[in-house]
Amino acid sequence: MTPERLIDFVYDEAATLDEMRWEDWLALFHEDGRYWMPLEWQQQDPVLQPSLMYEDQLLLTVRVERLSGERTFSQKPKSRCHHLMQRPRVLSLGQEDGIYRLRTSFIYTETRGDHLERYSGWVSHELVEVEGTLKIMLKRVDLINFDAPFGNLQLFI
Amino acid sequence: MERYRGNPRAVENLVKGHAVHRDVYVDREIFDLEMEQLFPNSWVYVGHESQLKDPGDYITSKIGHQPILVSRHKNGTIHVLHNRCPHKGVKIASEPCGNTGKFFRCPYHAWSFKTDGSLLAIPLKKGYEGTGFDTDKASKGLPRVENVQIYRGFIFARLSDTGLSFEEYFGDSLSTIDNMVDRSPMGEVEIIAAPIRYMHSCNWKMLVDNQTDTCHPMVAHESSAGTAVSVWEREKHRFTETPMAVQLYAPFMSPYEFYEGAGIRVWPNGHGHSGVSGSIHQDYDDVEGYLEMMVEAYGETRAREILGDIRHNTLYFPNVMVKGPVGILRNFIPIAVDKTLVESWAFRLVGAPDKIYERALMYNRFINAPTSIVGHDDLEMYERAQEGLLSDANEWINLRRLYEEGEPEDVTEVVNGTSERQMRNTFYAWRKFMVQGMDQKAEVGA
Ligand code: FES
Ligand SMILES: [Fe+2]
Repeated sequence: MTPERLIDFVYDEAATLDEMRWEDWLALFHEDGRYWMPLEWQQQDPVLQPSLMYEDQLLLTVRVERLSGERTFSQKPKSRCHHLMQRPRVLSLGQEDGIYRLRTSFIYTETRGDHLERYSGWVSHELVEVEGTLKIMLKRVDLINFDAPFGNLQLFI
Repeated sequence: MERYRGNPRAVENLVKGHAVHRDVYVDREIFDLEMEQLFPNSWVYVGHESQLKDPGDYITSKIGHQPILVSRHKNGTIHVLHNRCPHKGVKIASEPCGNTGKFFRCPYHAWSFKTDGSLLAIPLKKGYEGTGFDTDKASKGLPRVENVQIYRGFIFARLSDTGLSFEEYFGDSLSTIDNMVDRSPMGEVEIIAAPIRYMHSCNWKMLVDNQTDTCHPMVAHESSAGTAVSVWEREKHRFTETPMAVQLYAPFMSPYEFYEGAGIRVWPNGHGHSGVSGSIHQDYDDVEGYLEMMVEAYGETRAREILGDIRHNTLYFPNVMVKGPVGILRNFIPIAVDKTLVESWAFRLVGAPDKIYERALMYNRFINAPTSIVGHDDLEMYERAQEGLLSDANEWINLRRLYEEGEPEDVTEVVNGTSERQMRNTFYAWRKFMVQGMDQKAEVGA
C-alpha cells in the first residue's frame, strides 16, 4: 500500500459526495462499515455515549434513498455540499492490523435554497483492502463545535 | 403599538378552542408576554438531581429567557438561583455544568457567594460602610427562587411568588415521570452525558403541538420511516433478526386506525399524552435479563404493570416532553418568537441492562438530532408553518379535529387518539397562565 493511494481514496470519497453520486459513495463502505459523528471530545464509545450519527450500511442506504424520495419535503429544494480538505495525514499503513488510518482537516459547506451552513473539523478514515479494493470500515467525523445546536444537517460530511 | 400588554381580554381572545390566532406563533409582543407572564407563572423544568451529585456541583438553565443557576449546597440541599451577580448583573456561571468548589466567585469584581446563594464576601468591604448598602437587595447575595420542587429527581421551579402549587399544577400527569423512573429496578434514573441540541427556526409551541399530533407521522415521516420500512423489506433476507434501528423507525408508519385506538389523555393545566392503550413503543424486543430484574425488584404483577404502560409522548406544560418507555426528556427552550433551542436528554435507568440506555441514545439520535432524518421531516414542517402563517389570507390555525361545542377545560379525559384535543388543552392552559396576574401588573404600571 502506498500513502498516495490512500490519500487519493479520501479525496475521491469526498468527490462522490460533492457530485451527489450517492450510490457510488455507499459502495465505498465495507459491508460492516460505519459512519460515526461523535457528540463528545475525543469520544471513545459510539454505543453507550451519545452521538450525532452512528450508522451502518442499512441506515446509510435509508438516508441515500430518502434524499431522492418523491415525498422528501425537506429536500424540496435539494441540498448541495462542498468538501474543502487539507491534505490527509496517513497515520498508519496497516503494518499491525491491516487497517489504514488517515486523518484530514476539513471545512464542509451545505446549502439549501437561500441558506448556507459551514462546519469545520477532522475526518478520520479506517480503511481495509478487500480483493484489491479499498473499503471504509469507519468514517469518523469530529466537528470542532459538536456541542453547538445546529439546524438541519441533511447530507454527509 | 402595544396591543396585548395590560390587555388580558385581547390575549384571551387569541384562543377559541377550535382555533388559535396566528399571533400566538408569530407576534413579538406575545412572545415577550410569554417570557413575562406564562413562564414565570408555570412550573418549569430546570434540570435533574443526578446532574448535581456532589456539593458545589451546578448546572445552568433558563426559565423563559431568564438565566438560572441550580446548585448543590454543602448540606446536600439543592438551590435554584438567579444566575446574575447582585453587583452588576454578570452571569456567575457560564458553562452548562461544573463544580464551583465551596463558593461561587463573580469573575468581574470578585464578590463571592455560598452555594446556597447567600453573600459570602466582597473585596474592600469597608467602601460600603455607612452607605446604606445593607438595605439593598444586592446585600442578600444571589437572588433565590423560592418555589422549587424536586419530584423523583426532576427539578421544577416557579418564578412567580403566587400561583398554583406544584401538586395542583401537575396532578396526575406526574404518573409519566413515575413510570419512567419505575422502569429502573432501583427506582432511579440519571443523566450521565450531554443532551443532543438542535436549533429550530420556529416558535416553541410548534414543537409542543407536535408531541400529540398523531395525524402527521405516516405523512410527514413517509420519507424517513417509510423509506426505512421499504429498505428493510428489500434487505431483510440478509438478516437473522430485526435490528433495533428498524424496530424504532417502523412504527412511525402505523396507520390512522392504530393512533385512533391508542387514545390521548388530557389533564388539567395543559398536560396530556398520546398512547394510552397502545403506542409506537409497544413492540420493542425484550432486553435480556431486564424483566427478571424488574420482577425481583417489584414483584411479578407490579413489574408487568410498569412495563405495560407504554405511553407515547407526555407533554408537561409549558415546554417539556417526557417519553417514559424510551427514557427521553425534551426541553423546548424559547429563544425568540421564531427560534427555539431543543435539548433532548437520554436518561439511564440505574441498575438496568446497558441495552436499554443504548436504545434511548439510538432513539435520541434517530429522532431528535440535527442529523436525524425524522427530525428533518418535522423541522421542515415547522419552518414552513412559521413562514406560511405570515399570509393574511387566514389569521387562524384550525384545531377542530374531534372538537365538541362546549368542550370542558381543565379536566382529565381519555379521547380518540387522533383528536386535536391535547393541542386545545395546551392553549386553554396557555391562556390561563398568560393572563394570570396581568390586570394587577397593568395597574402597577399605570
Ligand atoms: S459584577 Fe459581579 S462582582 Fe461586580
Ligand atoms: Fe414528527
